[in-house]
Amino acid sequence: MTALVIRGGHLVDPGAGVDAAKDILLKDGRVAEVAGPGKLKLANGAEILDASGLTVAPGLVDIHVHLREPGQGYKETIATGTAAAAAGGFTSVAAMPNTIPVNDSPEITRWMLAPERGASIRVFPIGAATRGSKGEALNDFAALKSAGAVAVTDDGHPILKDNIMRETLAAAARVGLSVIQHAEDTRMTQGASMNAGPMAFKLGLRGMPPEAESSLVDRDIRLVTELRDARVHLHVAHTSTGAAISAVRQARRNGLRVTCEVAPHHFLLTEESVGQYNTNAKMNPPLRSAADRDAMIEAILDGVVDAIATDHAPHATHEKEVEFENAPNGITGLETALGLSLRWLHKEWKLPLGRVLSLLSAQPAALLGLKGRGTLTVGSFADVVIFDPQAQWTYHARETRSKSHNTPFDGWTMQGKVRWTISEGRVAYKSE
Amino acid sequence: MNATAIPVRRQLHLPPAASSPFPFHPGSLLSVQDLDSEGISHLLSRATALENMDPLVRDRILLKRRVALLFYESSTRTRTSFELAAKGLGADTTLVSSLSSSIEKGETLKDTGLTLRALGAETIILRHNSSGAPWLLEETTQLPVLNAGDGMHEHPTQALLDLRTILARLRPGAETVNSDTLAGVTVMIVGDILHSRVARSNMLLLPRLGARVLLCGPKELLPDLAVGAGPGISIERNFVAALQQSQVVMMLRIQAERLAGMQLDLQQYKENYQLTGQRLAQHAPSAVVMHPGPIIRGLELTAGVADGPQSAILEQVRHGVAIRMAVVERALTSNGKRGQA
Repeated sequence: MTALVIRGGHLVDPGAGVDAAKDILLKDGRVAEVAGPGKLKLANGAEILDASGLTVAPGLVDIHVHLREPGQGYKETIATGTAAAAAGGFTSVAAMPNTIPVNDSPEITRWMLAPERGASIRVFPIGAATRGSKGEALNDFAALKSAGAVAVTDDGHPILKDNIMRETLAAAARVGLSVIQHAEDTRMTQGASMNAGPMAFKLGLRGMPPEAESSLVDRDIRLVTELRDARVHLHVAHTSTGAAISAVRQARRNGLRVTCEVAPHHFLLTEESVGQYNTNAKMNPPLRSAADRDAMIEAILDGVVDAIATDHAPHATHEKEVEFENAPNGITGLETALGLSLRWLHKEWKLPLGRVLSLLSAQPAALLGLKGRGTLTVGSFADVVIFDPQAQWTYHARETRSKSHNTPFDGWTMQGKVRWTISEGRVAYKSE
Repeated sequence: MNATAIPVRRQLHLPPAASSPFPFHPGSLLSVQDLDSEGISHLLSRATALENMDPLVRDRILLKRRVALLFYESSTRTRTSFELAAKGLGADTTLVSSLSSSIEKGETLKDTGLTLRALGAETIILRHNSSGAPWLLEETTQLPVLNAGDGMHEHPTQALLDLRTILARLRPGAETVNSDTLAGVTVMIVGDILHSRVARSNMLLLPRLGARVLLCGPKELLPDLAVGAGPGISIERNFVAALQQSQVVMMLRIQAERLAGMQLDLQQYKENYQLTGQRLAQHAPSAVVMHPGPIIRGLELTAGVADGPQSAILEQVRHGVAIRMAVVERALTSNGKRGQA
């Protein structure tokens, strides 16, 4: 494999504590050398990439995406989803198992990882916790892990039964996998399509109460507490309520291994975005009140949040062009996460650049135990994002690399333009 | 640590939300909020003028114009009165209902709307079980859409005919309205507020004309946050206390089809909230009794009250035809700017 030199850029590698001008040599898919400007000994034939004026950082890691394959290639394929991810600066994505059929077996996991899928960056499948994600019978976690699964979850079908969730946490811990829970007590959200509150009342829509999320987080934390096993890791997906964040904060103070992620739409938007039944503002968990949105921002700033994850959930236009109650949940997010995080978390709310990037790379990689990802120390995978931190640009959904266009951020101004995304030494994306 | 510190609300200088593109067509009536008081006055005076007009003259106003009624839910009053209203103005009407149409075969609202437009429909009157469906239909067809009831959301022509009924009883001769027209009038709405589009449209319309809206019902059917729907709305859970303050008593049906598994003790409900002749005589002897129908005699009100002298229930139905003539006329003749007739 040819060598690639990234020269003249400013390296921000929060995991390694580096924030300085550095040149980097990538070789055979790994980081071979990191040196001060002009200090690299250039091998003959090395391709040189001029990163002058640009920020060089570990490739971004999104631990919550829906790539829709197998089964729903009309919404997205592994090829199109990872192309969108690369355009957004991501080099690793963890794919949720709510495919058709559900990814509850080593065969499907391996199918997703096969080269024929045409992934342009690294995909890490997440296995279903229970057979068919029906919440009844546990899958063989050891087999899923050896096929390549990095965690288990029933995602959109949260595990409600205490005994099943307890067994899931214990069994996953034995093989060293994390359990990701989409925290929603679905008994409280029947027929609901947005956040419960005055806005839902006025629009005549049934509401999902914040307690549907926080009560299940409380239940899960109680189970983790009772298991008394330091290997147990509960990860709360797309946290959207202040109450759930408080529960996570308290669990951590109690020394439990409980982590959480927040999606950009939950730290930027409120239920007001539903407006006149805008189905691109419909997702699960729903956009919440301004107080809950503010709680997400505070939790990111004060460090309780472990990762920013997009919950990239593509849907075809015709599926979203229906009555609000009938529209599927979810929005795309891979191409907008970095631009929104830099624009708001960094520029507006002054979260240091290193911490923003850490939430998008080092921390999520560590959380799922993705070795050699989320950092650019020597020997790590040559996963790199190179972006212009000063560039402002406007996102247009019609130009997306995803198959779907369902985003509430169409026309928004973003900060920081991705110039190159390099996945294991190969250029996966290059801006025009 | 300062215990009294007020948490700082994050200032989000987000891009200004695009101003609502709705209604796309000035003839649409999606929500009572589409109308300003000038628009309401215009509809009220047109309703009277059209009602009093020689039918043979009125017949020429929309002669051979095409009006489609698209009904996803059953209806007696609304469908018949819209149909009579459109026909009274000379229009051709066609009814498409969810049973016995391609909707049964899985056709979407968008495609059904586009098909009706291709067939020459110039306006679509929509009754739908999903809140917000008229917005989708208007956006996809760009035709004037008249909301004949969407889910639990709105029923604007019902609120307008209720207004006309109230004015006829309490402000006879009033042709125009403004923010004081109903000053001093308390309208109580009783019962299943949560599932009622009639309640939502009335609670958004009547306070803008000076009325006070008093909501009354048990917590399961009337959440506290209902007062946040708009200005001029309050809650009085005690039925008698509400009756004593009200000049208009609007009773609602319990919408069994929308209870979604909610368990309700009907005997208890009747004890607390049924409008009986005795309660009416004792606490609101001169109040106007209204009900959007269908009424369930012996549940929310007794037969004696429904048929009694204070009942305006059948007047409401009659006002419905006049109001809907004005609304259909506006839909097909409107090219003014948004919000006005």
